[in-house]
Amino acid sequence: MEDDIRELYQEVILDHGKNPRNFRHPEDATYEADGNNPLCGDRLTVFVKVGGDESIEDAAFEGRGCAISVASASMMTDIVRGKKIIQVDALFDTFHKMCMGEEIGETPEEFKDDLDKLMVLSGVKQFPMRVKCATLAWHTMNAAVHGKEAASTE
Amino acid sequence: MTATTTVMKSDTSNSYDVVAIRADFPALNLEINGYPHAFLDSGASAQKPNQVLEQMDQAYRFEYANVHRGAYTLSQLATDNYENARTAVAKFMNAKTPDEIIFTRNVTAAINLVAHSYGREFLKAGDEIIISHMEHHANIVPWQLLRDAIGIELKVVPVDDAGNFLMAEFEQLLSSKTKLVAVTHVSNVLGTIVPIKDVVLLAHIHGAQVLIDGAQGIVHEGIDVQDLDADFYAFTGHKLYGPTGIGVLWGKLDLLNKMPPYQGGGDMIENVTFEKTTYREAPARFEAGTPPIVEAVGLAAAIDYVSDIGLTNIAAHEQSLLAYATPALSAIDGLTIIGQADNKAGIISFTLSDIHSHDIGTIIDARGVAVRAGHHCAQPLMDRYGVAATARASFGLYSNTQDIDQLVDALNYVKEIFS
Repeated sequence: MEDDIRELYQEVILDHGKNPRNFRHPEDATYEADGNNPLCGDRLTVFVKVGGDESIEDAAFEGRGCAISVASASMMTDIVRGKKIIQVDALFDTFHKMCMGEEIGETPEEFKDDLDKLMVLSGVKQFPMRVKCATLAWHTMNAAVHGKEAASTE
Repeated sequence: MTATTTVMKSDTSNSYDVVAIRADFPALNLEINGYPHAFLDSGASAQKPNQVLEQMDQAYRFEYANVHRGAYTLSQLATDNYENARTAVAKFMNAKTPDEIIFTRNVTAAINLVAHSYGREFLKAGDEIIISHMEHHANIVPWQLLRDAIGIELKVVPVDDAGNFLMAEFEQLLSSKTKLVAVTHVSNVLGTIVPIKDVVLLAHIHGAQVLIDGAQGIVHEGIDVQDLDADFYAFTGHKLYGPTGIGVLWGKLDLLNKMPPYQGGGDMIENVTFEKTTYREAPARFEAGTPPIVEAVGLAAAIDYVSDIGLTNIAAHEQSLLAYATPALSAIDGLTIIGQADNKAGIISFTLSDIHSHDIGTIIDARGVAVRAGHHCAQPLMDRYGVAATARASFGLYSNTQDIDQLVDALNYVKEIFS
């Protein structure tokens, strides 16, 4: 169990949790959505600037939450920049499976580096109650780029 | 179950036999993730002693049938058990009569019953209900629903930084518009024991009626409803070492009998025709449908259990744990206790540096320690103290100093990980 804890709270997660990247509100965001985890009270807002070719020019977030949810939002906003929405959807799908401990199948070459980075969050699969912490930012991103105002993990 | 021997005092003296008590609770003897089970979440729901489990097992195996219906032996036995449980609750709360005891699903259901039945019968647009800043959502949202339905106003008694209920401010909020005061007996987050007797006195001077949410209060110091003289008092079985699915609404009998039914169905009627139905008096009026029969038996067994130990002894034991835990936790660098009211029950909410309570909860679970993490269904109170969430340790009659030592060690482990 303590090994699982150490795997979940790896240095890189603690670093992103303490010093989140892209923690700001970009004035020129084209989309934003609120994410809410009503059972624990975690809330965040994801801001996205999407360019003409459906690619993400900027992504940022604000809000509060546990180390896992903040680290996940921080890493996500780094990773999605420069990607097309359709690629982000595919990445979310794979990341979600990773967190659930499901088989992710063949990894497309284009996502290999990103998934290697996101792998540090897959420690949540040992903690079913915490999966929603790792995926809240992604649900919110998904809601934002698909024109929904809010996402909830419940 | 009928033993009259009373175990005495706190576990710092040798007469409160916490070891013997713990042996009654199978869940406390579990090993969790390789550590002894330090269960410090009784405020959310308490563990159950063998005495409760055995009584319920007996009731299901050998004494079970529906109540108030069949003219056969088991049905009569089940009915007797169910009504005896009502009598046991009445005695436990010192109600005037068992007819004042309505079995509900939990406190939430009890408060919703009052909001719907009493609220819609006696309140009108412009009337005011006073609640406090430290209410559980269960004592906020039903009144908001009523407000939205009939146009009453909600007023909120503030708390100070330590978590004390501000009596002078409460008095200022009272007016001829105040029809109901609905406050908690003990805060589930801060542990504050509200001086509810003073609340009742002041409210009654202004002609307002009073509902007390006793979910935490009855567990930590019991209740004498005649002495308190409130109009409603609600509590739940599962926090009192009894089963889930059963709660109690106590109300003054004449008031209950003036209130219309909340839910319609079997058992609550006098006579039904398609043109007109008449209703039975309390408590039957408010217990439509098959009730929680075996849960009532379990609740009565739980009441027997705590009564055998003695509520005063339990309160003294929990106070000694509070006195042990408060300095031990405060000594942890970065730990802040939220709620330091003058009069507190065995509940300690805290934050640890800027570490989120869910991270604390997950990590200390790896060391066998169970606490509640989150907003505790009291979001307005979290906002009041400027925190998103807290971790909360709450003590039960079986808690001991080892649980607290284990918590302190586990919190140091959290700090080690986050260092």
